[in-house]
Amino acid sequence: MALVEVKNVRKTYRREAEELTVLDGLSLEIAEGDFVALMGPSGSGKTTLLNLIGGVDQPSSGDVVVGGTRLTGLRGKQLARWRARNIGYIFQLYNLIPVLTALQNVELPLLLVKMSGKERRERARHALDIVGLEDRLKHFPRQLSGGQEQRVAIARAVVSDPTVLLADEPTGDLDRKAGADILTLLDRLNKEFKKTIVMVTHDPTAAERAHRRLHLDKGVLSNGPS
Amino acid sequence: MPIPISYNVRNVIQRPWSTLATTIGIALVVAILIGAFALASGFQAALVETGSDSNAMVLRTGADSEISSGISLDAAHILKALPDVAPGPDGRPLVSADMVVLMNQPRLGQEGSSNVTVRGIDPPSLALRPRVKLVAGRMFAPGSDEVIVAQRIARRFAHCGIGDRLRFGQRDFTVVGQFTAGGSGFDSEVWGDNAVLMPALNREGAYQSVTFRMRDPSRFAELKRRLESDRRLGVEVRTERAWYAGQSRLMSTVLRAGGILITLIMAVGAIFGAMNTMYAAVGQRTREIAVLLTLGFTPGAVMRAFLFESVFPALIGGALGCLIALPINGVTTSTTNWSSFSEIAFAFRVTPAGMIAGLIFAAIMGAFGGFLPARQAARQSLAMTLRAG
Repeated sequence: MALVEVKNVRKTYRREAEELTVLDGLSLEIAEGDFVALMGPSGSGKTTLLNLIGGVDQPSSGDVVVGGTRLTGLRGKQLARWRARNIGYIFQLYNLIPVLTALQNVELPLLLVKMSGKERRERARHALDIVGLEDRLKHFPRQLSGGQEQRVAIARAVVSDPTVLLADEPTGDLDRKAGADILTLLDRLNKEFKKTIVMVTHDPTAAERAHRRLHLDKGVLSNGPS
Repeated sequence: MPIPISYNVRNVIQRPWSTLATTIGIALVVAILIGAFALASGFQAALVETGSDSNAMVLRTGADSEISSGISLDAAHILKALPDVAPGPDGRPLVSADMVVLMNQPRLGQEGSSNVTVRGIDPPSLALRPRVKLVAGRMFAPGSDEVIVAQRIARRFAHCGIGDRLRFGQRDFTVVGQFTAGGSGFDSEVWGDNAVLMPALNREGAYQSVTFRMRDPSRFAELKRRLESDRRLGVEVRTERAWYAGQSRLMSTVLRAGGILITLIMAVGAIFGAMNTMYAAVGQRTREIAVLLTLGFTPGAVMRAFLFESVFPALIGGALGCLIALPINGVTTSTTNWSSFSEIAFAFRVTPAGMIAGLIFAAIMGAFGGFLPARQAARQSLAMTLRAG
């Protein structure tokens, strides 16, 4: 059974009198341990699909099931709790909390699970160790480079050992070298730590790291060249 | 699970100037509130402390002030002879039949005049009212044209220094002593011998009140019932403390209500200030809020966090307001007591309850100011915010 099942999902937005169809009857299955790249032109619905899998948005119709949980049946608090346990999000612009240190940023998701402060700090340290930032624990985001910020964001995404990692253009704001380092890190998380990854990207080089490349165009999915 | 407080505290520190402006605004409102409460508490304390639970105070039935009361000489004699009156150290009964009259006196150092309470007393009065202590000069000699004045009155009215002469009716009275009365209502009075003052002021027909130390204060209820049902007397009996507490109620309520009204008007401004700061904070951090929600923090946790960011500086403002208000504690002022129409001098009294009320009010202002912005933060559309770059 697939870890992620997107079943005949339709997502529409209303802009004034006009109804925009972003996803049109889309179905998709992602197996556990898979690394999928979602590609396509701007406005093709990539981020919308990512948000639906992450429980950040709800489909207009159809079903999204992740790890056996039907997300379309969850609301508000339940969905927030589910996200805390199951989803690690990596954003293009890192989205670290500026007033918290690297360690405190990584600790944030662990505040949502029952854990002692000591254990929380140890796990956050370990996550920062995995992304190679064990010497930047007390640095604030403004004291880090873009690549380092994204590593902290990745550490924050993996620290609670989520079922799925969702990455929205994780290298979009980085130079080539830093971007390559981030992709290597994602590759390692997939291979070594068996993390299932869904990554939205415009960059064909980044997409090459994935096991599967899916192309979205006008809300419809097609398999890209493998 | 709540968002860590350190996150909110640091965000508050990140915007020092707007936080400072909000905090000072709230501090001023709280200082005014505490000041108004201190005024009312001081006034109330001055009157309540005038009375003792061990003393019974007898006035004419239906009298709502000593001025409007009248106890006939016969009734006063009956009361003075009651077995319920406790004896003093010298064996004489601790009872005073008082004549009370308002005399208009010129103020010291400013134009105009005001009413001063002049009390004609019996000799045991000082022992009956132990809070009253001579601090300068001496006690008036019985049967003489001498008076003693409260020190607080001496600072506010002309001709109250020792050796000065006060004119009551057609006679001059020499000031021979000054007393304090522990911040009570007696601190606003002039005392003399009732045997001399009554004829001088044409008040020979009746006293205004009779006060006596009860031999057994625990039997007050029975004493009250007995005296009030005695048709020869036509009196009402209260403990001295209850009487003065009643006298303070109208004025202290007006002072408190006036203070609260002014504070509420100022609070509206402070709340809008806090709201403005918080709307700006939420506006600048929409993405950050979206990230917190994406991580799994609930909208309720986000709302509480932003409310905290509003309430926290408000509480600091409240504490600052307490500090601003503290120095007025003990400052003496005066007003006309609407129950007796005489000048009463009293000290501002900043009480712990007043300060706690100020802090609670500060928190309420912070919560009101933060509520709408916090709700906006918690209700924002996650997907739309994350999409907006």
